[in-house]
Amino acid sequence: MSYNMVAILYLISALLFIFALRGLSHPESSRMGNIFGVIGMIIAVFTTLMFKSVLSYYEIGAAILIGGAIGSFIALRIEMTALPQLVAAFHSLVGLAAVFVAAAAFYDPVAFSIGKVGSIKTASLVEMSIGTFIGAITFSGSVLAFGKLQGTISGKPIVFKFQHLINALIFLLIIFLIVLFVINQSPTIFWTIVIVSILLGFLVVIPIGGADMPVVVSMLNSYSGWAACGIGFTLSNNLLIITGALVGASGAILSYIMSKGMNRSIINVVLGGFGGEQDTSASKDNSDKIVKQGNAEDAAYIMKNADSVIIVPGYGMAVAQAQHALREMGDILKKEGIEVRYAIHPVAGRMPGHMNVLLAEANVPYEEVLELDEINHDFPMTEVSFVIGANDVTNPAAKTDESSPIFGMPILDVEKSQSVLFVKRSMATGYSGVDNELFYRDNTTMLFGDAKKMCEDIVKSLSA
Amino acid sequence: MEAHSSDVFVIGLTVFFLACIIGYYVVWSVTPALHSPLMGVTNAISSVIIVGAILAAGPQGFDTSKIFGLIGVVLASVNIFGGFLVTYRMLSMFKKKTKKTKEKE
Repeated sequence: MSYNMVAILYLISALLFIFALRGLSHPESSRMGNIFGVIGMIIAVFTTLMFKSVLSYYEIGAAILIGGAIGSFIALRIEMTALPQLVAAFHSLVGLAAVFVAAAAFYDPVAFSIGKVGSIKTASLVEMSIGTFIGAITFSGSVLAFGKLQGTISGKPIVFKFQHLINALIFLLIIFLIVLFVINQSPTIFWTIVIVSILLGFLVVIPIGGADMPVVVSMLNSYSGWAACGIGFTLSNNLLIITGALVGASGAILSYIMSKGMNRSIINVVLGGFGGEQDTSASKDNSDKIVKQGNAEDAAYIMKNADSVIIVPGYGMAVAQAQHALREMGDILKKEGIEVRYAIHPVAGRMPGHMNVLLAEANVPYEEVLELDEINHDFPMTEVSFVIGANDVTNPAAKTDESSPIFGMPILDVEKSQSVLFVKRSMATGYSGVDNELFYRDNTTMLFGDAKKMCEDIVKSLSA
Repeated sequence: MEAHSSDVFVIGLTVFFLACIIGYYVVWSVTPALHSPLMGVTNAISSVIIVGAILAAGPQGFDTSKIFGLIGVVLASVNIFGGFLVTYRMLSMFKKKTKKTKEKE
């Protein structure tokens, strides 16, 4: 195959990847988009297999089958609540693959026509080491993020003295090593770069708290793209550069959206420390305030007599696996002629869009699931807000209390609806450690208990 | 040859910046409801890095570079199959408003 033919096939593949992302602008076109992505990948792989230098089809075929079998097995079995961990794990693999490809190019530069062992072109060496650096950070950062999301490692941020200074020094050390590597092309230095970058990846994610994971997962998504870009530059491969840039941009935008959803700058999240130890001094003493408690029957009665209900699910709902019971409750209310909709805060869940997937899994039609901007102005016209497993995203203090740590965060205006039902396990504060004044309002009824059990009980009362 | 290599770099840089801009606009057009599938797809396509791994694994015989390449192929394949399949699973859940039987866990 001629170089031009290869370039054209790679271009087609890149265009298909762009269409794959474009398809996600609407659920209806998204499935076709995914198919475009698959076709693009098939074209990319087969085009590469046609290269004259590629001869070991059996080994490569076996490698694809092994990897494919593992990937398919995991993807088909994973619970949707565990999506964030899965994505983090996948990111780590992209990072690691980037490191291995860079290492392969270093040990056999002839195969990539970037020079000979010991005299690789300077530009290629720089690109190679940058690809390795980003790949290794993506790898270790994602492994740690996986551990935190899975719960194998404490989600608490680990903060120690001079943390940022140490990270900065390590970063400078890496730059120094890269310069050294470009000069003497020593394998020892190459692997030192790998190891030090892995260390930096751990150190970068360690101070970030469990609740900030949506930002971290998006950021690592972005890194995995930049790593692919770095390798693309090393191999002078436009397909890798384009795809890497698309993924990098995507991850960066998601990180931006997530941090905006928490009213925090990305820098602030990256520096870490938020969402661990609860600052007790910040929360006022509310022991004298009265909370109105209710049970499932009260909730059923209130909602049955309403015209419109907005359900506000949070991560607590997902943890309790309450989405199916919740949807059943919604269905009964709809049958009674009540308008039922779902309001999703950008940071509900543990990764961007996580809550939408969980509701979709429970067969909630996507037209009933609305984003903050779409539904917020409807709360004043709504009779009942049913908040389940969410807390901070409804806290009016974000708008009124300048001293509050969540001040400025966009919230769902459930306070403006005529009455609010709060399903919570206890009076505990949200991850921000801020008390929610909504709990003490006259039109709020607290429903204490497990989210799933509560929904099931409400369903029983409604059907009775 | 040296002059040629810098040309390749500049072309790469051009492609890079244009792709970033395309990425920026395309990703902003993604509906927030589908941000999780977006991560699934980007995960899968970023494994196009398999192209580099295949090139490294391509030559006959067995040397360090080939072993690295084959490991790269395995890792990237996990991601490609896993990423597209999990995205497929997510997307097939997003349904329109129609009555259907409920799946019980």
